[in-house]
Amino acid sequence: MNRSQKTYMLNMGPQHPSMHGVVRLVLELEGERIVDVDAEIGYLHRAFEKHAENETWNNVVPWTDRLNYVSPLINNVGYAMAVERLAGIEVPERGQYIRVIASEISRVTDHLTCIGATAMELGSLTVFLYLIKGREFLYQLVDHLTGARITTAFTRVGGVKGDLPPDFAERFRAVAKEVRLCVAESDKLLTRNRIFMDRMEGTGKLSSADALAYGITGPFLRSTGVPYDVRRAHPYAVYDRLDFEIPVGSTGDNYDRYLCRLAEIEQSLRLIEQCLEKIPEGKHSLEPKEIKHAFEIQDAGKHGDTALLAKYAAKVDQTLEGMGKDAQPGTRTADRKVTLPAKENTYTNIEGLMNHFELVMWTWGVKIPPSETYFAVEGGNGELGFHLVSDGGDGPYRVRCRPPCLFPMGAMKKLLVGGQIADVIPTFGSINMIAGELDR
Amino acid sequence: MSDLRGERRDVPAASNHEELSKLRAAGYNVLVDLTCVDYLPQGKSPRFDVIYRLMRLDPATGDDLGRVEVHCAVDEAPVLRSAKDIWPAADWLEREVWDMFGVRFSDRPGIKRLLMYEEFVGHALRKDYPIAKRQPLIGPKSGEKADSPSFNILRPTVTGE
Repeated sequence: MNRSQKTYMLNMGPQHPSMHGVVRLVLELEGERIVDVDAEIGYLHRAFEKHAENETWNNVVPWTDRLNYVSPLINNVGYAMAVERLAGIEVPERGQYIRVIASEISRVTDHLTCIGATAMELGSLTVFLYLIKGREFLYQLVDHLTGARITTAFTRVGGVKGDLPPDFAERFRAVAKEVRLCVAESDKLLTRNRIFMDRMEGTGKLSSADALAYGITGPFLRSTGVPYDVRRAHPYAVYDRLDFEIPVGSTGDNYDRYLCRLAEIEQSLRLIEQCLEKIPEGKHSLEPKEIKHAFEIQDAGKHGDTALLAKYAAKVDQTLEGMGKDAQPGTRTADRKVTLPAKENTYTNIEGLMNHFELVMWTWGVKIPPSETYFAVEGGNGELGFHLVSDGGDGPYRVRCRPPCLFPMGAMKKLLVGGQIADVIPTFGSINMIAGELDR
Repeated sequence: MSDLRGERRDVPAASNHEELSKLRAAGYNVLVDLTCVDYLPQGKSPRFDVIYRLMRLDPATGDDLGRVEVHCAVDEAPVLRSAKDIWPAADWLEREVWDMFGVRFSDRPGIKRLLMYEEFVGHALRKDYPIAKRQPLIGPKSGEKADSPSFNILRPTVTGE
């Protein structure tokens, strides 16, 4: 054995239980003290940006789900709003409220996952189970709203997929009660817990000046005492009409980041409650006698009964719920060059059918004049930006996603050097690195 | 809605570092993003447009006091000077731009790819990189050592004798 070795290397990850899947930290250690760190990322690179260049504007939306996969709805909203900014489209008010509701649900799931996973890695499996239970209620609500738990693909350029389900507000109230209960239980278990505080307090500390120099945003920056939030600094959608607080920390350590996230859950739930109160109606309904099942209309058409077709609106099946005419005016822009017509129109009149085909045919679709833009929303981890370039075609020329968790990962060396090897776990947990977003 | 882009400034590539230093001195304390666009199919010369996105953030109130978008048109030469001494955030962002576009930065020898592995051939986000291109196999099957050259990227472990 060579006794002259003073430091040694340790690989943490890419396959390590606390590395959340796929990131590798190469540590240089002296005993248990960290002398140097290098983070190696890219293990989950799926070429999001390259793929996006080969898709149409709307087809990129499902790809954005896979960025930050614990808060997919915020990515959907961010991308759709960036394209709308580029094309100069304004979404109707009801659609904007629905986007805010969706984003805030996702923010809560993001924070629940982060706190739960950190707590589990510090040995508190109970809290993890409590919080994941809360997240599950929210996922079921997202499922009810979008038709999928995680791969939501909820927004369209010019609107959202469909209106809120009729019983959404009731369901949300029931879910919010459960989530608040889970958070309160976890708060009791963690916030004054001796073991948890010993691991979290004073570790992974960063000053506000350093955080700014490293480009860090979101709960991480707020924990250092800088109350920067894109929702407040650059209010988008309807955030300027809603009342919410920005929780800030003071020391910028892991414990502060935990407290910030915990406080933001309550703020997000409050935001959704306000939205459900303020959301305008903006729907109009069809007379029941005008509606027939889509297959009946198709059958009539096959029998040559074409004269009657225009009189009826089609009632489409469950899987197309929310695509109907009654949901359309409230949630989508009236621009026919951008948004698909209601399914009733596609099935029952030639204008609707032509409009539909013009939008879905290869190389036709949504056309945006040559221009470039940048738009950002507040993601679960900070400023989630999209830089888009159009060359006048039916798809993006370049999509750049500014992933918020790349920046704290870049500051890993600053955060960890000088600390103990055990500090890696809470620090890494409180960053809430999501490899899907980090590696794109 | 407020402006997230700010004023656009076109800066010659040779003087990017001076201009960025001036902006840092003028209070632009956050490098929000650094990215690149390849204009090869549009026949632009120089081919790449490197974009620095800066923000003036008031740490006390959290207000965004203004943003600016600095564009540098570059080709293989002249080479942009690294901005990582101004904002440490530029370190990883420059590695990503090098990785994806092959745009060089001076003042930082031995730049390492950020997302791709070191044996990757080419730069994936260049417009002339085909989306279906295959890469040569690395690792045991190709007869090379399984370890990546970056396996021990920090200093050599033995420090004394």
